Amino acid sequence: MNAKKESKKPPKDNLVHFSIDGRRVQAQPDWTILETARAHRLHIPTLCFHPAIHPWGSCRLCVVETRLNDKVEVTASCLTKPVAGLEVLTHSSRVMNVRRWVLEMLLAECPASREIKELAAQYGVTSTRFAILDPEEECLKCGRCVAVCHEVVGVQALTFGSRGVAKKLETPYRVPNNACIGCGCCVSVCPTGALQARLDTVRGDLSRRTGHGFAH
Amino acid sequence: MKKIKNTAGLQTLRQTLLEAQDPEMPVVRVCLGPGCLALGAEKVARAFKSAVRNKKIKARVQPLIKGTGCHGFCSQGTLVSLSPANLFYVRVKPEDVAEIVATSLEQGRTVERLLYSDNGARYRSAAEIPFYRAQQKIILKNVGIIDPLDINDALMAGGYQSLAKVLTEMSPEEVLKTVEVSGLRGRGGGGFPTGYKWRRAADNARENPGPVYVIANGEEGDPGAFMDRSIMEGDPHKVIEGMIIGAYALGANQGYLFVRHEYPLAIHHFSIALRQARNRGLLGKNILGSGFDFDLQINRGAGAYVCGEETAIIASLEGRAGEPRTRPPYPAQEGLWGRPTVINNVETWANVPHIMEKGADWYTGLGVPHSTGTKIFSLVGKVKNTGLVEVPMGISLGALVEGIGGGVPGQTHFKAVQTGGPSGGIIPYELKEIFTDYHYHPEEFIAAKKEISVDFDSMAQTGSIMGGGGMIVMDDHDCVVDVARYFLRFLEEESCGKCLPCRLGLKGMLEFLNRFARGQGSPEDIDALESLGQALVDGSLCGLGRAAPNPVLTSIRFFRDEYLAHIVDHKCPAGVCRDLISYQIDPETCNGCGLCAQECPEACITGKKKKLFTIGQEACIRCGVCQDVCPVQAVQVA
Repeated sequence: MNAKKESKKPPKDNLVHFSIDGRRVQAQPDWTILETARAHRLHIPTLCFHPAIHPWGSCRLCVVETRLNDKVEVTASCLTKPVAGLEVLTHSSRVMNVRRWVLEMLLAECPASREIKELAAQYGVTSTRFAILDPEEECLKCGRCVAVCHEVVGVQALTFGSRGVAKKLETPYRVPNNACIGCGCCVSVCPTGALQARLDTVRGDLSRRTGHGFAH
Repeated sequence: MKKIKNTAGLQTLRQTLLEAQDPEMPVVRVCLGPGCLALGAEKVARAFKSAVRNKKIKARVQPLIKGTGCHGFCSQGTLVSLSPANLFYVRVKPEDVAEIVATSLEQGRTVERLLYSDNGARYRSAAEIPFYRAQQKIILKNVGIIDPLDINDALMAGGYQSLAKVLTEMSPEEVLKTVEVSGLRGRGGGGFPTGYKWRRAADNARENPGPVYVIANGEEGDPGAFMDRSIMEGDPHKVIEGMIIGAYALGANQGYLFVRHEYPLAIHHFSIALRQARNRGLLGKNILGSGFDFDLQINRGAGAYVCGEETAIIASLEGRAGEPRTRPPYPAQEGLWGRPTVINNVETWANVPHIMEKGADWYTGLGVPHSTGTKIFSLVGKVKNTGLVEVPMGISLGALVEGIGGGVPGQTHFKAVQTGGPSGGIIPYELKEIFTDYHYHPEEFIAAKKEISVDFDSMAQTGSIMGGGGMIVMDDHDCVVDVARYFLRFLEEESCGKCLPCRLGLKGMLEFLNRFARGQGSPEDIDALESLGQALVDGSLCGLGRAAPNPVLTSIRFFRDEYLAHIVDHKCPAGVCRDLISYQIDPETCNGCGLCAQECPEACITGKKKKLFTIGQEACIRCGVCQDVCPVQAVQVA
């Protein structure tokens, strides 16, 4: 009802007026739902979103239910731009179902991560029904480090290797990478701290690092 | 090969070619489709050529041996058709060729034993056979008739006539309108209205001037599906013509044929067809003197199933890893190199020339409202007549499987059909109880007629999709848990791994199903699996993850009792899941031949010749070899 009234009234500014969990919010024209929510101090959980890089949409924890007229969708808020009159629900049953299952699966995927355990506990997920393959694993392959290395640092010292369930964080061609300048951006954006232990495998032997791409 | 300068030149060339044809000249057409090739069709074609050469048949009746695309009736390969005698021979082996040449070509008589026979009736020509009689071939009309390696053959069969008509008589706007009115929907799976897609791309290109691209999606990865393959291999010019018409409507000058690497023959035929079309002036600069430039290039997919997703195709064409990205922006807004791009399935493109030729009204007359035209299905599995069929949309599932397919062979019953490949669902033939769940709308489905109509919307109501057109028929010996497990395993391997619900969820769902197949788990686990499936439907990034749970969700919905039989009774009713079955030797039937004991890989069958043999259950790995080799069917599954 609120949404309808708003859409009839021509907005005086170029802001997008819509609602999140019943609260009226305004977004700048290029904002996503997630950015608008953060600007209004409304919490939507994420693991792969980082303000420094382009949204990638891999963790799917930020999913929200959107309603416009009769169209109901569950979509990633980090990638979706709001339209006027949109109703966004951040805690509907469909949304919570996705989040709980992703978190329960993450507990099995990254059993060593304290951050994921804490986040899962907030959603009432404390144990997992899925097989734990590597009890030491922390990396969830969210892609933040790969993106920051490429987009912010301007090199490609990190990449994903293999595909699907075998997907791994690697250096290109699986050799220590000369392009790495050891800036540590990847470590600083990592949501679980998994890169801390891996940085040396990226950089390789410091004494042998010469040639193209090496920052002096 | 001379360049055709204008549309009049095309007509003159066609006339000359047709006049040069001798209607009396015998033509032997050997099917070189995937099914027949596997059965040795190439040897048959070679045998025909050498037999005709050796016989020195007179020049006037020099038979023409044509290797053609798929005839469709794959279970009866190798298929050979003779014209003008209008004979259709099935199961032809290289050693039969001499007899066909001697009897049919030289003396004009029929080789009776090679005709298709069913229930005592023999059929001389293809048109009489029930498998073909119920079909309506439009897209496949030329497939199996023309030689795909010869553009003249395609021109004589009416190829590029629609293009000539479009370039001379229609404006791009008229082409767009015709496609919109025809109600053509994407044949790749989603069934998105093609006209709408084109319109959006054209609008975006007008607002934001620059290049536009058209792409044909020939990345057909569904197990058991080969519709696009047969079009690409059998009539590549139809796809090319459709793409030129589409490019004309959209103002595109460059197009891409994205064909999967596993279809080398399709790539080969396309590359020859492109070269011939360029030489004829049907592709390249100033097509048919109209001033319109358009060219095509072939790009090979590297074998990833997910590269059938349109944003993954774009990523692949741009040289990045074939991972989908989120939509919107849709490719019609921002596609290849950030420009408006129209990606259509090969079959969709092949529809376009027919719509232009006969008009949108003719097209809407085919099929049912909202699902117009015909659709090609590959009918495989437990059905007598396997192969490719083209039928009007809206045909009932029964007519397709029982009528054209000829029903289930043997004594077993027809249980279910898996439609739309791994992303589709398992639909029971006779709808059993409908279970309510919160996402689908079973009430609409109950109200609908019991016979499931095969069109986009009816299939979606069952929780399945029509998809590319794969139809896998199952009988009582197929376990739905096992089938769902098979498709999940396929998708788990093919997931790109970008988003968590798909990468982890498919693995997790498979863990549940593996437990069920071992007889472990509880009825609550079935509900958990359904809820996990729903999380994938809602949470995944692209169509692969969003549709991946379909086989599991539909099979739980329609065959929950079979899941319960596994979990509660620890039995597999179909006798498939190895951990839940045991092989027993029936003491009444066993004749003590000892063949099973010889073949058993675990050597766990003991007994004396001429006496009853028994299977040691502890060591048995349930491979089923004993059942296969037993000459008296004494080995039974319990």
